Amino acid sequence: MEKIPILRMGSFLLVTIQVDMHDRLAVQLQDDLTQNISDHDATGVLIDISSLEIVDSFIGRMLANIAAMARVLDAETVVVGMQPAVAITLVELGMSLSGVRTALNVESGMELLYEIRGNFHSDQDNEISQA
Amino acid sequence: MSRLPEILRQHESEIYANWLREMTSAVRRSDLLSEKQLQGESKELLTAIVEGAKSGDVANLENPAWEPAKELLQSVSARRAQSGFSPSETATYILSLKRPIFEAIRKELGAKADELFSEIWTATLMIDKLALITAEAFQSTREQLITRQQQDMLELSTPVVKLWDGILALPIIGTLDSARTQVVMESLLGAVVQTNSRVAIIDITGVPTVDTLVAQHLLKTITAARLMGAECIISGVRPQIAQTIVHLGIDLSQVITKAKLSDAFALALQKSGRAVVRTTPERSPVLGNRLAANKEPKE
Amino acid sequence: MKSLKRETFPIRTSSDVVVARQKVREWALELKFSIVDQTKIVTAASELARNTLDHGKGGKVILEILDDTPRKGLKLLFEDNGPGIADLAAALRDGFTTGGGMGLGLGGSKRLVNDFALESEVGKGTKVTVVRWK
Repeated sequence: MEKIPILRMGSFLLVTIQVDMHDRLAVQLQDDLTQNISDHDATGVLIDISSLEIVDSFIGRMLANIAAMARVLDAETVVVGMQPAVAITLVELGMSLSGVRTALNVESGMELLYEIRGNFHSDQDNEISQA
Repeated sequence: MSRLPEILRQHESEIYANWLREMTSAVRRSDLLSEKQLQGESKELLTAIVEGAKSGDVANLENPAWEPAKELLQSVSARRAQSGFSPSETATYILSLKRPIFEAIRKELGAKADELFSEIWTATLMIDKLALITAEAFQSTREQLITRQQQDMLELSTPVVKLWDGILALPIIGTLDSARTQVVMESLLGAVVQTNSRVAIIDITGVPTVDTLVAQHLLKTITAARLMGAECIISGVRPQIAQTIVHLGIDLSQVITKAKLSDAFALALQKSGRAVVRTTPERSPVLGNRLAANKEPKE
Repeated sequence: MKSLKRETFPIRTSSDVVVARQKVREWALELKFSIVDQTKIVTAASELARNTLDHGKGGKVILEILDDTPRKGLKLLFEDNGPGIADLAAALRDGFTTGGGMGLGLGGSKRLVNDFALESEVGKGTKVTVVRWK
């Protein structure tokens, strides 16, 4: 079954969601991410949704769940790149995702993660690998 | 039972020909509608009217048999409204059906005065009602056009200003209803993406009243911006507004609010890691010292 | 009001939900809706399709383009023969904010469209009709 790739940058994980996910894929991503956070002692998760044109309540809940589960595992999550039309629609749907940090793009998202979590695994700095 | 349905059916083509001839050049408006289109539409309309009358209920247009004719009339009216016809031109178009129909009635019942009168009366009732439908349809089309134009104007009246790198200002003038909020959100969020801004100052000095609804709309806008990664500061909160907000129990604890735009801007600069520094010393030594004493740098 | 185009799609699996989303987007593009309006109707379709699948145990959606000169509209009719909704008022109330609850998303979907109609009978099924006008 197809999987959404998770990249590792130092102690952070980076996920780029580009496909129109069906429910099983979304649940799979949740599982994979939590597994990876635990496996690699990740301290930060960056989820890039700049390609997502639709975020409905299911995906919204997925994002909130990921942030909550990551926090339990002592990792911070930042969701970046939400499209304006998506933000307007989510708000109209009634979802505020208040438990999820957000940033404009990957760059600002990384800055934010460094700000709040720093990067303690200095020997793994600048190393990008498939998690 | 009215003999009108039968008369209409039997004399349909004659009525059609006479109707076209009856239309004066003023009503024709060949500048807005080609002869071919006019003929096509008129034929369709007349056939639909004859069909509607067949129900037997000639002057009562509520009968379901009249639906196709009414729908056709409405769409013809709407199209004409968009093309530039005036409502009376369209109504007269329908009213000019009277003479041809009366002629047909006279042909059948010329000798019987009472019957003649009764059928003419029924026919006139029917045509008047049809003409009124065109007037109403015209009206509603115009109203929809106006609504569209108002929408366009709304978009023009919510400018987003770049105060500095990464800092936007959105002055809202006038009331904030749900339609306006949509436009405001779209403008603001679009600008956030375009300018890569992390802070947006929403100035509500020009918003006359802030009630629960307006507060909800503001909160919606702020939430949408936050979802994208931009933080909002509300400025221009007048004392009366502050009172209203507290009285109404509106919870703005998650939102940063400032009375003055300048304070909001100072905060926005701070948040984006910037400070404003004086590069030239004060002019007058006497005044300068006094001013310097009053202007302790804010930490 | 005239119907310009009409097509039915099944909603029996979660891939059908994705297909429904894509079809609604296609038709919305045809009608040249603005990006925001497109996103709203497609998101509403996603919510309602998911309801049809999860709560309604599968059903169908009928897409239709309406002509109400001078305006045009995209109408979606979601139908299932599932358990139905007992308390309509509760279903329309917002069920969640941060994503914790399991609301049906009907209240939210209602705000994403212009016209909204809900019919349901316990034991018989549910019909949700929504229209987004241009």
